[in-house]
Amino acid sequence: MRTDRLKLAANLTRPLLALVAAFALTTLALLSTGVSPLEAYRLVLFGAFSTPVRLSDMIMLAAPLLLCAVGLSITFAGGLYNLGVEGQMIAGAIAAMVPLRLWPDWPPLLLWLLAGLSGAAGGALWALLIGALRRYANVSEIFAGLGMNFLASGLALYMVLGPWRRQTSASLSGTDLLPRDLWLPTIDRLRLAPAAPVIALLALAIVWWALTKTRWGLEVRAVGLNPAAAGRLGVAAFRRMAETLAACGALAGIAGMLQVVAVHHALIPNISSGIGLLGLLVALLARADPRWLLPIAVAFASFTVGSIQLPLTLGIDSAIAGVLQGALVLFALVARARVR
Amino acid sequence: MHIAVENLTKRFGPVCANDRLTVSFAAGQIHGVLGENGAGKSTLMKLLSGYIQPDEGRIVFNDAPRRLRGPGDALAAGVGMVQQEPLDIPAFTVLENLLCAAPPGVFRSRRAAQTALLELAGRLGFPVDPAARLDQLTIGQRQQVEIMRLLLCGAQVLILDEPTTGITAAQARALFAALRQIAAEGRTVLFVSHKLEEVAELCHTVTVLRNGHVVPPGQLPMPQPQEYLLSLMFGESGAAPPIYRPLPAIDAPPVWELRHVTARSGALHLVDLNHRFAAGRIIGLAGLDGSGQQVLLRLLAGQQAPDHGQVLVNGRDLTGAGSIAFRQAGVEYLPADRLHDGMIGALSLADHFALLQRNGLLVDRRRAEELARQAIAEYQIKATPVTPIASLSGGNQQRAMLALIPSTARGILAEQPTRGLDVASARAIWSRLQARRDDGCCIIFSSPDLDEIMEYSDEVIVCFAGRIGPPIPRALLSASRLAELIGGVGFDALVDVVR
Repeated sequence: MRTDRLKLAANLTRPLLALVAAFALTTLALLSTGVSPLEAYRLVLFGAFSTPVRLSDMIMLAAPLLLCAVGLSITFAGGLYNLGVEGQMIAGAIAAMVPLRLWPDWPPLLLWLLAGLSGAAGGALWALLIGALRRYANVSEIFAGLGMNFLASGLALYMVLGPWRRQTSASLSGTDLLPRDLWLPTIDRLRLAPAAPVIALLALAIVWWALTKTRWGLEVRAVGLNPAAAGRLGVAAFRRMAETLAACGALAGIAGMLQVVAVHHALIPNISSGIGLLGLLVALLARADPRWLLPIAVAFASFTVGSIQLPLTLGIDSAIAGVLQGALVLFALVARARVR
Repeated sequence: MHIAVENLTKRFGPVCANDRLTVSFAAGQIHGVLGENGAGKSTLMKLLSGYIQPDEGRIVFNDAPRRLRGPGDALAAGVGMVQQEPLDIPAFTVLENLLCAAPPGVFRSRRAAQTALLELAGRLGFPVDPAARLDQLTIGQRQQVEIMRLLLCGAQVLILDEPTTGITAAQARALFAALRQIAAEGRTVLFVSHKLEEVAELCHTVTVLRNGHVVPPGQLPMPQPQEYLLSLMFGESGAAPPIYRPLPAIDAPPVWELRHVTARSGALHLVDLNHRFAAGRIIGLAGLDGSGQQVLLRLLAGQQAPDHGQVLVNGRDLTGAGSIAFRQAGVEYLPADRLHDGMIGALSLADHFALLQRNGLLVDRRRAEELARQAIAEYQIKATPVTPIASLSGGNQQRAMLALIPSTARGILAEQPTRGLDVASARAIWSRLQARRDDGCCIIFSSPDLDEIMEYSDEVIVCFAGRIGPPIPRALLSASRLAELIGGVGFDALVDVVR
């Protein structure tokens, strides 16, 4: 009993220290701007919960963030660092636009389904290219992913300014808005499309189940831990790696699709808005443990949404949310490092 | 330098690897350290050379207590350790490897370092090329380089952990001569081994470890009766030696067949191999390190496709089909490095059995744990179904790897199956492999240990410079003849006779 309690205390000390250190660093950054840290923290931590609109903004950010983080937890389990998640999200958004632009008169329900499938396929394909580069050109998936991110951004920009430019004149602010009836059903006053969080939670449940209960999940984890040994035991190691990349790309692609049909209602150059990379932070902090993905994604989304008010109320930049998120991940990684 | 430990204690979780050890090693001598796997030898050596730090007790060099913060610290204090696996930078040349880790002020220039290296190499009788890249050298040569690096960096105490594992007999002889020279120059040598003959041949004293204790307390002068040392290492009862039995007549089709196979690996060319490997045999591959045994095993496991020719498994042509197809055809490959590419350290035995399940969407955990429990009982593995493999001892890992071989396997390829195991564990492993042979498997193993090859093979295949000899029945072979063949003496005649 007593030793259990001691062990629990020991297990909690390091995360708590990491939390304190992250806030200390963020406080230093705040103090340097001369604003009251307490006031800033009130906005960053609780701002997202102050009005229903902000709460729904937070949910609409948390949904794609969770999708990306869930996808990344698959690639982490498979031993891959999929830094290309941002590009996969963009590729998904572009692919999702295709059916919406080709057949705008079709029934919306069918079009959403098509857009979802097309987005997932686009993201998966973009991710599989990384797998192919790794397999056939011996390029690390980290560099391949980063390169593919630039390629995807360029492609989105080209589509916005080229083939899909506005009818009036090409504009960096995006394509023409989609017809109103193709927007995912939205509670207008709140800017909340309830389907988005539902899809994200569904993905979380399915992936958690797949990774912990299925034979596929066990094989993926075995490949992630030791591809050579898994191969010796008869697991098709490269195939599993490719599948994890495709699964992560598909989820990121669906996140991109949601950005198009539920948030921006158009393709904009910055359609991914750094959500994929924020998802990497979430997955890193959660250690790809599915139980932690949801709370951390919600927390990070609320920091980002809460900090949007900082420029208006306190006259400082909203980037402080990024400082807090980054510091949390950094110190969590430090706290986890094994003592030698 | 005189080196001693007092009440030295090191725990890993609940396991006390070194329990209040007190022992001292005098200068100018070679000290053997004996013990079975898990007795605490490696822990003691890592404590002495700064790789890990003790929980209690102290380390004393020349009557002054020292706290060692790391291997560099230990080397500055005069203690250097040669690890079982070479810990060097493979892409560097011998000279670069020497320079990059040298403490400041040891060498004034590259030229000075090279002169010092060649001078020492001459004294120790090690042939060395300062410009050769380490990844082009054999394990034995890299070990020689490491010994010279430590000595040139000022090591007064040299620790060697199982140094004769994976090196050739000739290299072992050169090593022994060099160690005698090093001791004669007044340095202290600690020689960790579980091979009694080597300790008997080389060492002035012996320290026996069992379960983290020195038994009996303190050093023993050599020589000692072999039976006495065995009883100290293993307690009173060792496993009974296996009984030699004649080959059964088998008329089943060959497990493997090579037809006009040509393959290459680095500078090694294997040309026009024609072999049939019959069922119900244990075939030992003998040869110097890198004579072609590795390539042959990789060909038979499907990990390397031949440049020309065909590889048949159970009569089916599987040329170029890949290792998974070979595995499905009943070929099991057991690598020498169990944790590197044999099993997954973080997963348990039950997880491994679950990985072997081929049907169903979900993992059948209950079935996997049941199989793991059966394997634990049958193979006497010291573990529970959910213990991570990495926390098992080497012998238990090897047993687990054997337990994971499906009963449908017809051919087993084992690379150094008893590498790093103590005598009792090795015997247990071999009795399992022999039972597999009796069930009709063909087992092909490689080993640098000629005694192991002579003791357990039904047939021996000698590899020499990329040429693969014909299978020789064990009964027709003597140890001295085998040693000659490995060195190439009479190898041509052997091949010609078969043609």
